[in-house]
Amino acid sequence: MGNTPMVEMRNISKEFPGILANDQVSFDVKSGEIHALLGENGAGKSTLMSVLTGLYHPDGGQIYIEGKKTEFSSPKDAVNCGIGMVHQHFKLVQPFTVAENIMLSIKGLKQIYNLKEIEQQIIKQSEAFGLSIDPKAKIWQLSVGEQQRVEIIKLLLLGAQVLILDEPTAVLTPQEANALFKTLLKMIESGKSVILISHKMNEVLENTDRITVLRDGKSIGTVDTKNTNEKELAKMMVGRNIADQLIKKSSRKQDKIFSLDNVSALGNNGLLKLKSISLDIYSGEILGIAGVDGNGQKELAEVVAGMRSVKMGSLAFCGKDYTKSGRKKRMNLGISYVPEDRMTTGLAPDLNAYENMALNSYCSYRGAFIRWDKVKKDTDRLIQAFDVRLASKANPVKMMSGGNIQKLLLAREIDSAPLLIVAVYPMRGLDIGATDYVKRLLIEQSEKGKAVLLISEDLEDLLSMTDRIIVMHGGEIMGVVNPSETTREEIGLMMAGKRKVDLHEA
Amino acid sequence: MDLNYIIAILAAGVVAGTPILYASLGEVIAERGGILNLGVEGMMLVGAVSAFYVGTFTQNKWLGLLVALLAGGLMALIHAVITISFRASQVASGLALTIFGTGLSAYLGRNLVGIPPTSTFKVVAVPGLSQIPVLGEIFFKQDVMVYLSVVLVVILWFVLYKTKAGLLLRAAGENPSAVDALGHNIFFIRYAAVIVGGMLAGAGGAYLSLAYSTSWIENMSAGRGWIAVALVIFAVWDPRRALLGAWLFGVIASLGLHLQALGVMIPSNFLQMLPYIFTFAVLVLTTRETKNRRSGTPAALGISYSREER
Amino acid sequence: MKLKLLGSWEIKKTNSSSALKKFGISVTSIVLGLLFAGLFVLITGKDPLELYSEILHASFGSIYGLSETLVEMIPLAICSLGVSLAFRMQLWNIGAEGQFYMGAFGAAYFALFFSDLPTLIMLPLMLLAGFICGGLWALIPAIPKAFWNVNETISSLLLNYVAYFWMAYLVYGPWKDPNGNNFPLTKQFPESATIPVFGNTRISYAIFLVVIIAVVMFFLIKYSKWGYEISVSGSSRKAADYAGMSYVKNVLKVMFLSGAIAGIAGMAEVSGVLHRLQQTISPGYGYTAILIALLARLNPLSIVLVSFMMGALLVGGFSLRTSGFPSSMVSMFQGSILFFVLAGEVFNNYHLVRKKV
Repeated sequence: MGNTPMVEMRNISKEFPGILANDQVSFDVKSGEIHALLGENGAGKSTLMSVLTGLYHPDGGQIYIEGKKTEFSSPKDAVNCGIGMVHQHFKLVQPFTVAENIMLSIKGLKQIYNLKEIEQQIIKQSEAFGLSIDPKAKIWQLSVGEQQRVEIIKLLLLGAQVLILDEPTAVLTPQEANALFKTLLKMIESGKSVILISHKMNEVLENTDRITVLRDGKSIGTVDTKNTNEKELAKMMVGRNIADQLIKKSSRKQDKIFSLDNVSALGNNGLLKLKSISLDIYSGEILGIAGVDGNGQKELAEVVAGMRSVKMGSLAFCGKDYTKSGRKKRMNLGISYVPEDRMTTGLAPDLNAYENMALNSYCSYRGAFIRWDKVKKDTDRLIQAFDVRLASKANPVKMMSGGNIQKLLLAREIDSAPLLIVAVYPMRGLDIGATDYVKRLLIEQSEKGKAVLLISEDLEDLLSMTDRIIVMHGGEIMGVVNPSETTREEIGLMMAGKRKVDLHEA
Repeated sequence: MDLNYIIAILAAGVVAGTPILYASLGEVIAERGGILNLGVEGMMLVGAVSAFYVGTFTQNKWLGLLVALLAGGLMALIHAVITISFRASQVASGLALTIFGTGLSAYLGRNLVGIPPTSTFKVVAVPGLSQIPVLGEIFFKQDVMVYLSVVLVVILWFVLYKTKAGLLLRAAGENPSAVDALGHNIFFIRYAAVIVGGMLAGAGGAYLSLAYSTSWIENMSAGRGWIAVALVIFAVWDPRRALLGAWLFGVIASLGLHLQALGVMIPSNFLQMLPYIFTFAVLVLTTRETKNRRSGTPAALGISYSREER
Repeated sequence: MKLKLLGSWEIKKTNSSSALKKFGISVTSIVLGLLFAGLFVLITGKDPLELYSEILHASFGSIYGLSETLVEMIPLAICSLGVSLAFRMQLWNIGAEGQFYMGAFGAAYFALFFSDLPTLIMLPLMLLAGFICGGLWALIPAIPKAFWNVNETISSLLLNYVAYFWMAYLVYGPWKDPNGNNFPLTKQFPESATIPVFGNTRISYAIFLVVIIAVVMFFLIKYSKWGYEISVSGSSRKAADYAGMSYVKNVLKVMFLSGAIAGIAGMAEVSGVLHRLQQTISPGYGYTAILIALLARLNPLSIVLVSFMMGALLVGGFSLRTSGFPSSMVSMFQGSILFFVLAGEVFNNYHLVRKKV
């Protein structure tokens, strides 16, 4: 291993309207190491890596590849320098086969190619790294973990020496994540470098050689993993000692708010996505739903919120049957919904903050007109109470930052005085401050006697916030666990499709 | 009705379908790359008038066709700049292109109305093949541009599904950010697709003025550009199905023209409506049928791509 | 986002865009659009400035020209108000031309076959007929759009041709005036079926319809629940579902009303200006209306203003015929202006900055 790092970024700056996403950040990776880029959401990790992959052009700073000063004007330049990235949202063409996707990245692919030969090559090369894949499978038929594998194989065939992985474990079960890190180890043994973008301290401490922490667009420092600990990292990430862990006291009551009885529902593609789900939600509890993304959680939330019709089974609200009722009816009953897709489902992106605040109340005005003066007054009150920061209330909400969008949405949904709040990934993409705020808000609501259905991919959050956790896989319930009695491993196995009963028999 | 008459209707149907086939193939290319171009009607008209102009004054139909290709390509370039570089609404820009092309062709053709052409595409029977009973009469006693259009379908199918260029084009329409992240020039791919698409629309126009009508009349495409766009949906973005659709359309149109001669007592205006109603019905039926199918509309069709969008 | 330009300038995204800047960009776009179209005139050996001054002179140079501009403005503004409603919901109704024809057809039915009715019954009846026929015609593409998501852009356009041939059938066939020397015209409407005009101009009282529709539309969009539903649905269908709004019902309602307003324009044209049906009752009002709606950014009051401008362009276009130019060449100017307005849109949310070195 020479002394010149594989990649060195010096004093990189990148500005977006209103945000300095990177402020004089320096960062380097040696060959044969796994280097973590740790930081909260919005700390500038993804921006820095987008600069390194040539997607963004930096406003200042230099990049050196093996000691040579380089300038990337497009992703092509970065690819040619051996830099490849697995994005959080995979850059895969869904209707293409694995082989077709990989072909897009083969250098010097002939105009008229030999598909058979390429398919064999893919099998050979991927097995060298312990990754198995069927080159003939269509992407949309693959699991998220398999799609990630395709992304990695793509980069390897592209000749990548430096692999960047953006939050790679967010969509994996704990077991799949372990397998991924084994693969990464194999790759650094062969002299490649890995940059791991993450906000999970445990994962970084267990699997990397060095850690660089970013905060508010600045580099806070680089430390050797073996010389640091969770406490130090947390302080670097947040800039202060983090507040005490949230403690959720169980406030679960006896009365059932909402029940599903053997409910089945179709997904958007017309296939059965929920299979005979039965569950009860009690007032005063936070009921968590765990599962790998795409296993029916979203459909479950939509069924409860009244946005997806039920194929079989029945729904009851406070003991009365509401199987056939639509979204409007459910809203009036007091079912609030914080959807995963805040920007285009929870809000109308082209309308301003005032107009969006009327989304669940516009029908309550008598006559044909909306009382905008009243809407404005309510909005101003909520913006104050929930500390939403807006450049201008007249701007379309699509110009707002993620944290403020979520606050605005929550403010509206909680203000409608619900009995049940359905929240899908409500902390996703928020920084620590906003995450903390949302968590406290949901806990507070449950303590006030409201029921919360919380869908999350973050096991830590589920374990610390909920009264019960239901684990889903393939549209079915694998089991119900009590957060104080379960382990991450148990939930992980259930997320991978093992039923709770089977686990305990074995 | 005797066999000869049916053959005549079918042969005329192939001719009537050919301009639409060219335009449809062009739109297949553009849409496969992710850019919807509703300016086909305008590009056809400009293609038709420039082909007629050049063809008539140089007495060389091939030169006319070449200029139509160029003119169609240039028209499409405007759309490409507005939608790809300036990322404006593809629907609005396409409508503007049609409106612009209608006016431009009327202006350029103002002195061409009523002038007889000097060089046109005439029927060239394929030796041997044209002797095949029925099929020979329908498919092998046509003009060169008809034969070329069939060759084009084969080439396009091959390029689209069997070559790297086709792979990139299809990927550009499905997931442009994937293509971009791998270091391919997404902007070049989309520009090329739109321009080639426009050239083929221009060729469709040239067919109208140099083979089908052999004259220039203001607004002579009469909605064929729109029918071509509709056929792309029917074709599920597959050139082979575009061929089928265009010929089917052509036969309906020629049937309309011949029904009266057969003594069917339907007012001619209703027969003139037939192709549009037929296209409308086909559009509705195909969309319903493909609604839940995975393959179909390119996923990124109509969406501008920007690298630094946050 | 960043667009690379020549030299050391680049375009960067901003969060601000002032009204003044928007206005400046619009004016610049229109001027550039006229220059671009002028280029084509120039390379074919004509002087574009001469052409433009001829257009201006024809439409603004005399009281007559000005009044003709207002005559053209009426159908343009009404059609455009109609399409703008659909556009607001992201429904690309480009079938206003056909809806205009069908509205005229409905109105003419009463004028021709119930000619004894008194004015006070006749005109409202014709208006209603135009409204309903235009609306129903727009429902034909709306139903497949609402239920199966069939592309309404193409389907609404295809119906324009059907409406056109329907009109041809009527005036060449059953509705042809038997005493009309075999011209493809219906007989003239009775006095009771014509909208009165101002003095000895051709401007009919239908101009009040423009004002009424524009004002009603303004309040509908800005303050009503339904207008709000349209805006939300246009911004995001998912948000509309989320708020419990029925997308299907709104597609049908909006398309019906959009077509119905174009139908009113058709009624106003045959009853206020032409006083009979003929093969061509519109020089493409329905198409120009699309352009107007886009140029006016769907704002009802701007639509009236832009319609006036486009009316002037049309009148200028008619006058070009005397110099041997086809009047339809004005659509070249219209299309060209729209190109630049669309491209200029980028500059509303972005601004030009000098690159930091």
